[in-house]
Amino acid sequence: MAKLTVKEVEHIARLANLSLTPQEIELLANQLSATLDYVAKLEEVNTEGVSSTFQTTGLMNVTREDEVKPSLTQEQALSNARSTYGGYFKVQAVLEE
Amino acid sequence: MKLNQLTIIQAREKLKKKEISPTELVQACLTRIAAVDTKVKAYLTVSSEQALAQAQELEKKGQIATLPLGGIPIAIKDNFLTIGLRTTAAAKILENYQPVYEATVVARLRAAGAIILGKTNLDAWAHGSSTETSQFFTTHNPWNLAYLPGGSSGGSAAAVAADMTLGAIGSETAGSIRQPASWCGVVGLKPTYGVVSRYGLIAMASSTDSPGPITKTASDARLIFDAIAGRDPYDATSVNFQPLKVKEINKIRIGVPKEYFSPEIDPEVKEKVLAALMEFEKMGAQRLEVSLLDPHLSIAVYTIVQRSEVSSNLARYDGIRYGNPRSDFGEEAKRRIMLGTYTLSAGYYDAYYLKAEKVRSLIIQDFEKVFQQVDVLLAPTTPSPALSIGATVGQPMFGEMADVLVEASSLAGLPGLSLNCGWAKNGLPVGFQLIGPKYSEYQLLSLAEKYQAVTDYHQKRPNL
Repeated sequence: MAKLTVKEVEHIARLANLSLTPQEIELLANQLSATLDYVAKLEEVNTEGVSSTFQTTGLMNVTREDEVKPSLTQEQALSNARSTYGGYFKVQAVLEE
Repeated sequence: MKLNQLTIIQAREKLKKKEISPTELVQACLTRIAAVDTKVKAYLTVSSEQALAQAQELEKKGQIATLPLGGIPIAIKDNFLTIGLRTTAAAKILENYQPVYEATVVARLRAAGAIILGKTNLDAWAHGSSTETSQFFTTHNPWNLAYLPGGSSGGSAAAVAADMTLGAIGSETAGSIRQPASWCGVVGLKPTYGVVSRYGLIAMASSTDSPGPITKTASDARLIFDAIAGRDPYDATSVNFQPLKVKEINKIRIGVPKEYFSPEIDPEVKEKVLAALMEFEKMGAQRLEVSLLDPHLSIAVYTIVQRSEVSSNLARYDGIRYGNPRSDFGEEAKRRIMLGTYTLSAGYYDAYYLKAEKVRSLIIQDFEKVFQQVDVLLAPTTPSPALSIGATVGQPMFGEMADVLVEASSLAGLPGLSLNCGWAKNGLPVGFQLIGPKYSEYQLLSLAEKYQAVTDYHQKRPNL
């Protein structure tokens, strides 16, 4: 049975950009393992030669004319941001000097 | 009878004859909300002023008679973007979010003359089947306030059941319209995936999200469905809707899937649903025993597919462009993001995500096979009537168990309609569902209308 370790849970949390407390990590290791146990019943299903379905409409290559249409103004696009500067989103520095 | 107790069809008649005004109708709903919503807690936001202004404008323009939903107050689940009206998805991250564009469903309702009454509670990000994961509060079942309304569209279903609106919009990823409709004793239509636009619906699982109506009657659901269905250039997954032809009831073969009547289904539910089946037989429909894949298999598929799509969709919440930081995600959202990130991650993608999407193909083929034999399927909507408040605590798979009978059809993108067929001994509603092949919405609606023409379960309302 799949049993996720604390280290694995920490790694997934980093991938998902979530900061978790040690208690949350402990709890999630147990709960996620239990869920993975539940879904393991799919292993019993023979899917040899079966293709996968990612969407059910059957639509393919949906395109549209490349025409300029009314869109959000800069003011609207920034209206829900917590921090802006000179008409831009303001973010934490990601590069060091 | 008070105006807020009217069905949409009844209200439209009175509006057209000018017996009532849209302002009076809105006012009646607002009065009802003021009187009972402190107990039910269906609404996250009530837009009293905007709704009254919209009613007056419609009157001034003289459009009430010509527009299909002219003057009808509608409540909207709070995961549809509404201009000028805060939209939260019941999540703390979006507690102050003011949409800058409008969901197609809302825009179409407004164009049809509907009045937006307010925004209803849901499980945060629509993750759940109870409203208990809402980061604001839990909605209560109007039939018994100690019980859950179901979810995720629990606020919409409770608002309709408690006559706090004439109709409502919900969204279903797998159960989120049908299950709360069943638990609250109202009608819920989950359309074929792609028939109703997802544009402006806060994405949960993009491959199954389907907006649809929650109403007092099947005829009301039809009116709303007509207003919102159809291809939308803003949603590339929306289809050019070509409805299947509707058959007369004496030509209808109803499939009864034995796996959906298994011993885990509450005996009272089984009894009421089988009684509903007999009503259809009395009207001339033919009944056929059929067999479908074990519905528990779809729980496993759905769990993987839904968590994977959730982890991808919720990645956009960076706390920079809009919303609060990711640390504001609640327990349920974190759990789902984590599982989805795992099942999509290197080394596990094939074993989990791809495997699930293959079994999904088998589920689709299974339905295709059965719809060669029958026109529709009839089954309970949920294994039991509503559970009590608190039932979800410490139950990470609660929603999946409550939705065991709706997940397969959602994965296959099929339409389903839930309606009331009586009450359990404890006074809580029991619902059954009709599931049809893709684009059979009008067949389902027509059968539900016929059922409601010979029964009166849809007429009883809770005492609050």
